[in-house]
Amino acid sequence: MRQSKNPNIDNKTDKEHMFRYSQILELRRWIKVIFRWKNFALLNVTNYLISVTKHELSTQCLSPLITGADFETMESFRSLTVTQRDQILVEQQVFDIFKTFYNLPPSSQSFMLELQRENHVEYLTKGLTGLGPSFCVLDANRPWICYWILHSIALLDEFVDPELEDNTIDFLSRCQGPNGGYAGGPGQASKILDIIIVKLLPTIFCMLTMPHLATTYAAVNSLVTLGGDKALSSINREKLYMFLRQMKDASGGFRMHDGGEIDVRACYTAISVASLLNILDDELVQNVGNYILSCQTYEGGISGEPGSEAHGGYTFCGLATMILINEVDRLDLSSLTDWVVFRQGVEGGFQGRTNKLVDGCYSFWQGGIFALLKRLNSTKGVKPIPLGDGEGSGEESPQTTASSDAAGEEGLNEDLSLGGSHSKIGDQHNTSSQVNVIDIDHNHSKGHANELNGGLRDKPGKSRDHYHTCYCLSGLSVCQRSWLEDEDSPPLPRAVLGPYSNLLEPIHPLYNVVLDRYREAHEFFTKS
Amino acid sequence: MDSREDDGGEPLSRMAEWRDVTPLPQDDGPNPVVPIAYKEEFRETMDYFRAIYKADERSPRALRLTRRAIHLNPGNYTVWHFRRLVLEALNADLDEELDFLQRIANSNSKNYQLWHHRRWRYFVVTRSPFLGGLKAMRAFEVRYTVEAILANPNNECPWRYLRGLYKDDIKALVNDPEIASVCLKVINTKNNYIFALKMLLDLLCHGFQPCHEFRDSVVALRASDTDPLDPDLSMAICDILEQVDSLRASYWIWRKNKLSVAAV
Repeated sequence: MRQSKNPNIDNKTDKEHMFRYSQILELRRWIKVIFRWKNFALLNVTNYLISVTKHELSTQCLSPLITGADFETMESFRSLTVTQRDQILVEQQVFDIFKTFYNLPPSSQSFMLELQRENHVEYLTKGLTGLGPSFCVLDANRPWICYWILHSIALLDEFVDPELEDNTIDFLSRCQGPNGGYAGGPGQASKILDIIIVKLLPTIFCMLTMPHLATTYAAVNSLVTLGGDKALSSINREKLYMFLRQMKDASGGFRMHDGGEIDVRACYTAISVASLLNILDDELVQNVGNYILSCQTYEGGISGEPGSEAHGGYTFCGLATMILINEVDRLDLSSLTDWVVFRQGVEGGFQGRTNKLVDGCYSFWQGGIFALLKRLNSTKGVKPIPLGDGEGSGEESPQTTASSDAAGEEGLNEDLSLGGSHSKIGDQHNTSSQVNVIDIDHNHSKGHANELNGGLRDKPGKSRDHYHTCYCLSGLSVCQRSWLEDEDSPPLPRAVLGPYSNLLEPIHPLYNVVLDRYREAHEFFTKS
Repeated sequence: MDSREDDGGEPLSRMAEWRDVTPLPQDDGPNPVVPIAYKEEFRETMDYFRAIYKADERSPRALRLTRRAIHLNPGNYTVWHFRRLVLEALNADLDEELDFLQRIANSNSKNYQLWHHRRWRYFVVTRSPFLGGLKAMRAFEVRYTVEAILANPNNECPWRYLRGLYKDDIKALVNDPEIASVCLKVINTKNNYIFALKMLLDLLCHGFQPCHEFRDSVVALRASDTDPLDPDLSMAICDILEQVDSLRASYWIWRKNKLSVAAV
């Protein structure tokens, strides 16, 4: 990586560079056209554009990568790193979608911005009833698939039919181990064969698939999302607690499974499940904070294990864990904030790590961090900063006092107010509300390419999947409310993006389950 | 994803060595959700795996079976776990195991070598047991990083790495003339200067005393001569960043507010 010795030149030929460069010039021309267009309808394209248009439009607002004066020559294009060039191509794809949008008549524009709820639900429900052979690689993650699908459906304010609900509860019960926790698939052998084998082979009983913390989190969140006594009471909390204790390492961290890896994700899934089920105690909490702290890197974000690189998923997990165990003060929140604000790209999406390509799923992992930071801030009575534009903020005022909204919010604020940080995390509305540009565009460009068959994806050009559908929608839900100070008031129309019917259900940002379902579970597990 | 490398991909049911084993099907229940349409080879391999795992048979053929199962689904943590148990029981050659891991890594081609290398390097730098550890290597690392910045000032990584080199020693960061100097160089190009301005802001927040040159360079970044610039350099930097990095406008406003709180 000796950058001074022309390190960024790869094997690409000049011809390819020339081709890409000409594409970029074309893109830049379009960006200028789009941003000069003063029609207010454009403001709905994305929250990202809203933020740009607020500040007297100029191409300076955009990433210097694509607009900077230094970028006038082929040579400067060639001096970029490979990742920076890939990033430009992604930006180009996204802006191409903006360009298409701009050229459409208003009626088509509004259709393009409409969340295709029915198609998404159809795609999701179909997954619940059957998956193709390509899913063999997810065979050890089936509760995850349940969670991604059920949570997405709940975000869309839809329900699965009672039979499918029963089947899900039954299936997850088969994943629940006799000694607590949930495995990646059904754990027990079929009854008849079981008897034969027990007779023929002298063996101690074991789960055919081991319980695992991540699939335990997925199963518990699935059941909480389904809601109702049957689903909630199917969780064996006593055994689950024992499983969590077994996974607890002497260092304070948690292991993913018996003999498995210790990392921040394991800590989060263990603590999240314990908190949600009301079985969190001092034994489980002990020294978890030390472990998470040891994973905050010099960049400010949190890595999976000590010594590795700060990453969006782990930063969300680490921050949420620290809030849940009431030790968030111990993190360097200023540097964490500084890291996360720089993870958003000019096209509106978030990247997982420095210099990586944006991916729709980080709309939640990174976008959710803003939701948590904002809550930490608002529960401490720090006066939020105005959005910065002055225009229209009067009647829609997101600046109301947020600190005294005690009643009706119990669960959410209770948990979030556990933290007592003295750092003043600023208002990140502007930034976090922009997360959805990629998501929506994924959806719609997908629709155009593929007859609107539902599902969301990483970025234009990729295929849809349940994971990205879940986390793009979760991110969208978070960002629709990111300008709000009062959780119970309805989001601003301009924050929803597209028709107001695009509004998704709110989530509890610490657990990523729909808020109503969280409240039901909270009540259920407080009583029992 | 080639499970055929050892056994020609022959169905296990037709292989003599498995004749004594009764495969153990998965019990998905009568009405499973998220059922997967398993390929025949996958289903059969997992049926035999369940039987062997349940019998806790730590044998050479069990090792071969886990290899086959991992090729079909490298994400199955139960298979990996059992493979470790078998390896231990058989006292197996772990060099061979390393080759196997390498081949799995090759077919899962996400390239993390660079990051791995960087991580290793950071570990070496910070955990060096020699006296001075980080400090001793810092000068060399700073020079390397400054070069990387000058080659591409818009690459965020070296800027953050620079902060990392002074993680627990901000005073030294502020007092290292090379740091302030690279900021100035980049700002003076009037291009790709966001990270340089941000670094300068951080330096100022930690007590850096700028000479006139710094103020002049920042003043030169103004969009127009008529814009009044805040007499306080840190405030002025926040104002400029709010304009040129408008995606993060709220963040720069917040940083600015933090400055005035600190001033009071």
